[in-house]
Amino acid sequence: MPQYKFRVNGGPVTVDSWDPDQPLLYILRNALALHGAKFGCGLGQCGACTVLVDGKAVRSCVTPVKQVAGRAVTTLEGLGTPEKPDVLQSAFIAEQAAQCGYCTNGMIMSAKAVLNQTPHPTLEQVKQGLAGNLCRCGTHTRIMSAVMRATKV
Amino acid sequence: METITSLSRRGLLKMAGGAIVVRFALGRSSGQTNGVTSKPLDPSEVDSFLAIHADGSVTIYTSKVDVGTGLATAFRQTAAEELGIPVERFTVIEGDTRLVPDHGGTGGSSGIPRGAADIRRAAATAHRALLDRGAKQLNRPASELTIAGGDVVHASGQKVAVASLIGDKSFSLKLDPKATLKSPAAYTVVGKPILRADVPGKCAARHPYLQDFTMPGMLHGRVVRPPTMGAKLLSVDESSIRAIPDVRIIRIESLLGVVAKDEWAAVRAAKEIKATWSDWQGLPGSEGLDRYIRQAPVERDQSIASRGDVAAALNSASKQLSATYYWPYQSHASLGPSCAVADVKESGTTVWSASQNPYGLRANLAKVFAISQDKLRVIYLDGSGSYGTNGADDAAADALLLSRAVGQPVRVQWMREDEHGWDPKGPAQLHELRGATDANGNIAAWETQMWVPDGPQGNRALLGPDSAAMQQTHGQGAGLMTLNLDPPYPVPNLRVVSHHLKDTPLRLSNLRAPGKIANIFAVESFADELAAAAGMDPVAFRLRGLTDPRAIEVLNRTAGMMDWQARLSPNPHAAEGDLLVGRGIAYMRYKQAENYVGIGITVAVNKATGKIVVRRVVCAHDCGLVVNPDGLRNQVEGNIMQTLSRTLHEEVTFDKSRVTSVNWARYPILTFPEAPAVQVALIDRPEEPAYGAGEAASAPVAAALANAIFDATGIRLRTVPFTAERVKAAFAKA
Repeated sequence: MPQYKFRVNGGPVTVDSWDPDQPLLYILRNALALHGAKFGCGLGQCGACTVLVDGKAVRSCVTPVKQVAGRAVTTLEGLGTPEKPDVLQSAFIAEQAAQCGYCTNGMIMSAKAVLNQTPHPTLEQVKQGLAGNLCRCGTHTRIMSAVMRATKV
Repeated sequence: METITSLSRRGLLKMAGGAIVVRFALGRSSGQTNGVTSKPLDPSEVDSFLAIHADGSVTIYTSKVDVGTGLATAFRQTAAEELGIPVERFTVIEGDTRLVPDHGGTGGSSGIPRGAADIRRAAATAHRALLDRGAKQLNRPASELTIAGGDVVHASGQKVAVASLIGDKSFSLKLDPKATLKSPAAYTVVGKPILRADVPGKCAARHPYLQDFTMPGMLHGRVVRPPTMGAKLLSVDESSIRAIPDVRIIRIESLLGVVAKDEWAAVRAAKEIKATWSDWQGLPGSEGLDRYIRQAPVERDQSIASRGDVAAALNSASKQLSATYYWPYQSHASLGPSCAVADVKESGTTVWSASQNPYGLRANLAKVFAISQDKLRVIYLDGSGSYGTNGADDAAADALLLSRAVGQPVRVQWMREDEHGWDPKGPAQLHELRGATDANGNIAAWETQMWVPDGPQGNRALLGPDSAAMQQTHGQGAGLMTLNLDPPYPVPNLRVVSHHLKDTPLRLSNLRAPGKIANIFAVESFADELAAAAGMDPVAFRLRGLTDPRAIEVLNRTAGMMDWQARLSPNPHAAEGDLLVGRGIAYMRYKQAENYVGIGITVAVNKATGKIVVRRVVCAHDCGLVVNPDGLRNQVEGNIMQTLSRTLHEEVTFDKSRVTSVNWARYPILTFPEAPAVQVALIDRPEEPAYGAGEAASAPVAAALANAIFDATGIRLRTVPFTAERVKAAFAKA
């Protein structure tokens, strides 16, 4: 079975995949037991599966595992823990910016990518940066407040 | 009778500092008997709802589930308040049919008024018993004791920890309906914005979602739904998926499933398997569905209100208005497709599900699969938000079918097109209204008629068992669809009728605030039409009819937040560059018996593109006693955003054979660039009963938006969704 080597959250991993086109999402969730990224649509339409590859937000549900060979993947687990959350996670907790939370992974990871590019975005830039992430519970205002809060720390 | 003595519980509490991991640990291991043998479940018993442990922690057991609404936090606050034990010590176990009493499913905003009320009574009864035990221990009369900080305390300074009085032992008491309840004036925990215990885990990939649940030996399954809704499976070409490793094909009548160790193998197999199906064309199509619904056979008429003589009053009025409103079929459109894990064993079957009604699911599965209820355990785990009955119950049946077929635990997660295509839908609604005002601008006559797809009573048929040709009922409940069809204003001549159709093209279920959003859309839009025709300001028109001070207050507060200046609509100063700007307001009392809500919206409409920009939404909200103001605000904001989405974008489309709005491109929802600023004013009434708030604020949103668009443009939108095409077409006709 073909093997793929890449880095996840700072550490090296080697994974097998019978299908080189297997989306990274399934590798993360099932082979590596990293459940931060969620399956939402499998179509790259909702953003629930967002992870960072070399610092940029990608939809792991439509990213073949072969494409990340040799690259650095960051998942929600790589940011912080409930006990030691990173700045964005802290801001989301402070704003209570979740209801069901199924989209939260994508919101935080997409926001991370926005802040990597633009450390002090305007509200409008945050809105545009999250335009591809869907939230069904309607927590948009809290999510925006959380991202803006994170920029002020 | 044993109570729960989970060895791992305390350790986990220390480790994780929260409730959620505890619940998951129980859920995860309880299928493999971790010492949980039995526990009282009778909802008349205190021990069914509460267990106080030797370490001073407390577990609440409930069949009402959180689904991200903050309900579990409200339960913790309610119980903590009555017991006098710090709220941090409380954890909640939800929806496990072996552990929790059945005090109803989660829906109809009943979590607070019914769920919390039961927990409050249990806690109050326990409080009394703890005082009695403390009295014996301290040798003081119970009347001189209180419970604070988890201790029974006497004014002298004597005290004894509650945990040492009861820890891990049962109360063996009936819920006392007369148990003294703490006075709201003395509340210190209820009414506070206690942070939710689930949020840190949700922000750091530690929350135990159903979708993340795994167990040893678990396989991944997918059911291949037919290409048309009524198709029969004719043949399967097994060789078509030969290249995919280790896939088993399950075929039971027209049920086609695949099961594999590897999830991606199951996904690909389900997608690539070649099968032939019979043709089927049994749907009317969503194009022109309003006309179809108006003409479809009616099973029964339900009179909601009738007084005076509407026909005579309309005929004698100088000007009669009539209008038709239409609300389309809509989907729960859960962000995460429905999921379930089932483990069918000789000794008993366990199903992990995010169903909002675990006991209801168990009863239905037991019946359909002919399993005795005591051999079937449903364990709730949080899933993606469901807003009613989405595909969760169907996914549970899928998993059960596949696990039974292969004799191993099977996890099923639907694909996107399954959720959008096959979740039971909130029904379309067509409203015809007629009305007239008198010379003073009072409503003289009002008639609402609604046509709504419906069907026989009874359990909704589950998709998998239907394909597998198993016996089951085919009920079509969609919730309380007919409430708020009548105006909240005094009308001497009133007729309100609901026409329930014999049938529905698509399966129905309860979708957030069932019926009420469309009903208020029609009623409060029409009230605005009457106001405009009477030459009155929309707020003044409404205030004239309201007498309930709570109603008047929410309307005034809403108007106040908008700096409302009285004038007629449309806005004489609407033009702002390429845009037309306006404001709209709507009021309702939810179910005509619960929450009072006012919604105000300011909007800008681009005449050239038809694009509607919602600039700002304000809401005044009175649900009586507020248990957790931040949790409540979160719910109110969510109601507003989700209903803006439903109003601006959402319509389930279908052709003669199948639903065609099967992904986010074809069933778009509100995105961040469209999200307006939202301002919510909560009116807390500690002495009034607490109503649930999971639905109410959604109900006036569509009407307020339609009224704002009318104010901006003079165009009255009466068909949802308010797409740019529809706005442009309305401008072209105007």
